[in-house]
Amino acid sequence: MEENNKKTRRKFLDKGLKLGLVSAIGGIGLAKLSSKLSANTKKESTETIELMTTDGTLIKVDSSEVVEVEHSQDHEVKYNVREGMPNRKFVMVIDLAKCKNALKCVSACNKHHYITGENAWLKVHKMQESKDTAPYWMPRTCMHCDQPACVTVCPVDATFKRRDGLVLIDNERCIGCRFCMAACPYSIRVFNWSEPGQEITLNMGHVMGIEEPMKPSPEYAGRPSLKGTVDKCDFCPHTIQNNELPHCVTACPNGVFYFGDKYEDTVTNGEETLRLGQLLEDKAGYRLLEELGTAPSVYYLPPVDRLVDFEDGLENYKEFESVEKPE
Amino acid sequence: MDSYNKLINDLAPRKFGKRGTIWTTFLIIIIIIGLIAYIDQIIKGQVVTNMRDYALWGIYISNFVFFIAISFVGSVTVAVLRLTNNSWRTPLVRIAEIISLAAIDMAGITIMIDMARPDRLLNLFIHARLQSPITWDVIIVPTSIVLSFLLLYFPLLPDLAILKKHFKKTKPTFSKWYGKLALNWTGSKAQKALQEKSIRIIAILIIPVGIILQTIDAWLFSTTYRIGWDSTNMGAYFISGAFVAGIGALVTLMYVIRRVRRLENYITDYHFDKMGKFLGLACLTYLYFNINEYLIPIFTAPVEEDIHLDSLVSGEYAPLFWFAQIVGLLLPLLILLFNKGRKPGAMFIIGLMVVIGSWWKRFIIVTPTLLHPFLPIEGVPESWHHYFPSMHEWLITVATLAMALLIITLFVRYLPVIPIQRTAEEQGLSKTSKIVES
Repeated sequence: MEENNKKTRRKFLDKGLKLGLVSAIGGIGLAKLSSKLSANTKKESTETIELMTTDGTLIKVDSSEVVEVEHSQDHEVKYNVREGMPNRKFVMVIDLAKCKNALKCVSACNKHHYITGENAWLKVHKMQESKDTAPYWMPRTCMHCDQPACVTVCPVDATFKRRDGLVLIDNERCIGCRFCMAACPYSIRVFNWSEPGQEITLNMGHVMGIEEPMKPSPEYAGRPSLKGTVDKCDFCPHTIQNNELPHCVTACPNGVFYFGDKYEDTVTNGEETLRLGQLLEDKAGYRLLEELGTAPSVYYLPPVDRLVDFEDGLENYKEFESVEKPE
Repeated sequence: MDSYNKLINDLAPRKFGKRGTIWTTFLIIIIIIGLIAYIDQIIKGQVVTNMRDYALWGIYISNFVFFIAISFVGSVTVAVLRLTNNSWRTPLVRIAEIISLAAIDMAGITIMIDMARPDRLLNLFIHARLQSPITWDVIIVPTSIVLSFLLLYFPLLPDLAILKKHFKKTKPTFSKWYGKLALNWTGSKAQKALQEKSIRIIAILIIPVGIILQTIDAWLFSTTYRIGWDSTNMGAYFISGAFVAGIGALVTLMYVIRRVRRLENYITDYHFDKMGKFLGLACLTYLYFNINEYLIPIFTAPVEEDIHLDSLVSGEYAPLFWFAQIVGLLLPLLILLFNKGRKPGAMFIIGLMVVIGSWWKRFIIVTPTLLHPFLPIEGVPESWHHYFPSMHEWLITVATLAMALLIITLFVRYLPVIPIQRTAEEQGLSKTSKIVES
């Protein structure tokens, strides 16, 4: 019993001492803080100033109370390429009923990402599951999975998943093991087997009025591409940041691609803006290879009530080419 | 005394003969050619290979898997036979240890050849992520290298001391080096106890490490969604395959070394017979897992897997698939059932068949799967639908194989391939061991 008492006493003393120390330090800190805060308001004044609150009412405030808002550059400084744009979750909806293999999306993507290889990042597949089912055209971007197989297997965290849903690649870290390509069930990843040879295409970018320095960035894949590293569709964060839609969305003449934000429950193809949830419900949207559990960010609307015949798309179909070679 | 000296004379390293010199020069030339091809690959990029976006891994990876499999022989023969007290292992263990070490070393090099950015090798440590099977490989391969080296080195100590003595007059510089490497081995009781204990610990450690190494190698494939890789059978399948490949390599080299070094009195028909039975067991196990891997899926295979299996059994890859299965597995198994099939000459042929079959088997595991993705291969040049290694890939791969053989050759040249001390003890030349101690 006595022993116990002693222990509690000792504990009490110990805690008391610590508490005292903490409050002493805290007190000093508070004093310093308050002196700093009051520094700006020291000059006495009796003038008042009229201000408008956010709901539109005018109020009067003593001018000594008014402190200029420090425009923190936190947003820009702290913007972390690996974290992404805060409070957003990008999704895409691809309406297969509208696609007639015009391939404008492919050429726009190739052009804006300066693709020089022989395998486009965005492709339109000619699909027919079996002899007895109807054929259809299926554009295929990166699925930006929420459970991305590629990210799981990357040994160096070169490919990563952001909070805004994008799966991007840090080409300056990639070691070129190609495990991510093996892991991706959609086979969307493309490798720079040789020096990309983008001198001409990148210069054309300059002509097109793009002046920013050509430093590789995960947010603008392909500008430039790096030898021995992996590339893929990046959902064009560089256009999103300018409040524009990804290149494939704007290029499509048939409004096949809808792009938007899942948190806002909105997607748009540039012509019409729709509620994502409603759209998926009305048109029975689905995701590719759902059974694998990769949870893609790209939804497909089944090719029903098609506006055009499947055969119309055949004239553009090239089995062995997806990137047009410069003449 | 005489028999002891004869023993040392028989087993001590010997200078290369004419054939040895030609062989070594030949290997070095192949390695240099491979090195030139590799430098060219670094300069131009892996565009010099025939790998492309669909066949994104090729023979570099299957060759890596092959080396890993071969390295399993150390764990199996040395550690398992040791722990089960099979005394007939004595003349074989060192050869097995040498093969193991050479193979695991080359596995480490081969996997780096496949990296398109070897300049960023350090990223594997700086930015390592534990969830990636490649990081597991980065951990287990060096561990295996160290353990394989120690398993070779510790039992060597008494022999090195013997060689120091043996070469004292004839080759003083050699003697000096053997002496240094022998770490002042005197054969005292305390040293022996320490050595025994160390070897026992490593022999036990190398079994789980060997199994983990093979399994991680299998997981490189089975952690993906790919048809043909996404299989729970993979780990056991790889272990049993490594069992076969490793013993095959050991049998082949046993025969060659026996002939070259005239060790017929030490590596006898009896040993080949034993190894033959051991290889037979390995083949049976592998056959079992092959049935699990290829035959049973036929019943419930989804369409994609059906296409994949068809291409193996009767399609594009049928010749290689059946070559690997028949020449690398079924035929050896059949021959090994007969007494005559386990004689040295026959065993050499079987060993070769098994090793070559094993190499192509890994090609069959890696390549066809990659060319059967879920979505159709479209919009790429026609040649991307198929894969066969380019000249660069062949030159580099053959160079890695030559390098493994060169490592083995050099070990055989400078080390006693059959443990002298143990053999002496087993042959009852115990008197002589005292002399060594003195």
